[in-house]
Amino acid sequence: MSKIEAKADVTGSVWKIVAAVGAPLEAGGVIMILESMKMEIPVLAEDGGTLLELTVAEGDAVSEGQVVAVLEG
Amino acid sequence: MAKFKKVVVANRGAVAARVLRSLRAMGIPSVAVYSDADAGASYLSLAQEAVRIGPAPARESYLNVDALLEVVRRTGADGLHPGYGFLSENAVFAAQVEAAGARFIGPSPRWIEAMGHKTRARELAAEHGMPVGRGSAVLSGDADSMLRAAEAIGYPILVKPASGGGGIGMLPARSPQELLGAIERASSMAQRGFASAEVYLERLVDRPRHVEFQILGDRHGGVVHLHERDCSVQRRHQKLIEESPAPGLDRQVVGALAERIAQTLQTMGYDNIGTVEMLVGLDGEFSFLEMNTRLQVEHGVTEEVTGVDLVAAQVRSAAGERLADILPSTLPCNGHAIQARVYAEDPKRFFPSPGRLEVFVPPSDPDVRVECGYDQGQDVTPHYDPLLAKVIVHAATRGEAIDRLMKALRAFRIEGVRNNVPALLEILDSPEFRAGDVHTGLLADVMKQAVRA
Repeated sequence: MSKIEAKADVTGSVWKIVAAVGAPLEAGGVIMILESMKMEIPVLAEDGGTLLELTVAEGDAVSEGQVVAVLEG
Repeated sequence: MAKFKKVVVANRGAVAARVLRSLRAMGIPSVAVYSDADAGASYLSLAQEAVRIGPAPARESYLNVDALLEVVRRTGADGLHPGYGFLSENAVFAAQVEAAGARFIGPSPRWIEAMGHKTRARELAAEHGMPVGRGSAVLSGDADSMLRAAEAIGYPILVKPASGGGGIGMLPARSPQELLGAIERASSMAQRGFASAEVYLERLVDRPRHVEFQILGDRHGGVVHLHERDCSVQRRHQKLIEESPAPGLDRQVVGALAERIAQTLQTMGYDNIGTVEMLVGLDGEFSFLEMNTRLQVEHGVTEEVTGVDLVAAQVRSAAGERLADILPSTLPCNGHAIQARVYAEDPKRFFPSPGRLEVFVPPSDPDVRVECGYDQGQDVTPHYDPLLAKVIVHAATRGEAIDRLMKALRAFRIEGVRNNVPALLEILDSPEFRAGDVHTGLLADVMKQAVRA
């Protein structure tokens, strides 16, 4: 088991958190949806895993490359 | 009302700059508005007054109806130009502006209402004899009735928000298995984007072209067309490259359709600027897509081929002047004009790329027109859409226009934010685009080839 950081692909804000802490996520599962420049961009659990921690809340501003969630997979 | 005494421009960026410029040329005093993110933008100096309307997020500034109405009242303006986007197609806002004592510079609120709802607009178009593709009414009821509605149209299907626009929230379904999921997701996006979960179905046209007709009406029952634009080069259903005239179409067919649309809208009493959007299938058949009841982002290419200042014409029409006094007696389509939209976005994945414009030097060739609302050193924030500038060229032939546009784009210096200039150059120089073989899937095709190469 290793810890995996999920990062924001874009600078913007957190529109909606989709997954709950402790939830198992399949590969490609959606953790949260970011919003930037009128677009919605999902943050995915690329290889899947268990969601350990969310480091942002809905409405928070995020920068490209910022860690927004930690998974264990 | 012969002429407006003072006009509020309720928008930002390139379109605010564009409208302020025309108002200035007409000698009409103007009021610009700005959010904290746009404080100090150079285009604000084109206005006689500039008023802060709120913090950066759009809903607290450019979508803040109360703040905008307050600007109208406080400045004593008798007109408001909404630009495009934001509140430009909001019938309630248009009525509120009129109630506050200023004219909304656009068609009557009833028109915004009628065309803002896509299935109602389709019904209206069909009733008046415009060609309309197969589609459903707004979906309601159980899964079985939705599947039956799709079956009647035939797959592939496009699920579309009824109150939507800008290509947002449209999802394809290629089989009954895909349909219900697509309806659920499209409905959720529609609720979020347009505050209405209503969706409907349309037949998905394979490799369509997007051709639209520029319309101008007055308040005395006159309506004319100013030819067409081809806006087929798109990403995520949003336009990237627009041109006039549309390449490779039978001029007689296009001209006859343009006349028919203008006559239909005249019968219906349309009274300001508008655009009728059509899809053209591989069989050459046109079908009504929607009507936009506002100035379009791509109005500049029509201005180049007709020599008409569309913003000034729109303002004068709203003030009550007659088309005969606003426009020349004939409206030829001279030469060829193309516009490229320069976006702050990743040129491969088209993801937004906000940041600071460390270097921002648009091409300065006098033959090139640049519509822009940003300055070097300014931040491009995540709050608004990613359009940085529109680069517009006009030449005797389409080939010359393409060459001139490519030269201009290569001269555009942008550092600090990623931008789509490489993708624009790729597509302009593709054999398909050069040949005029355009369709809405062309960008994706060309980018795939570019990755393989």
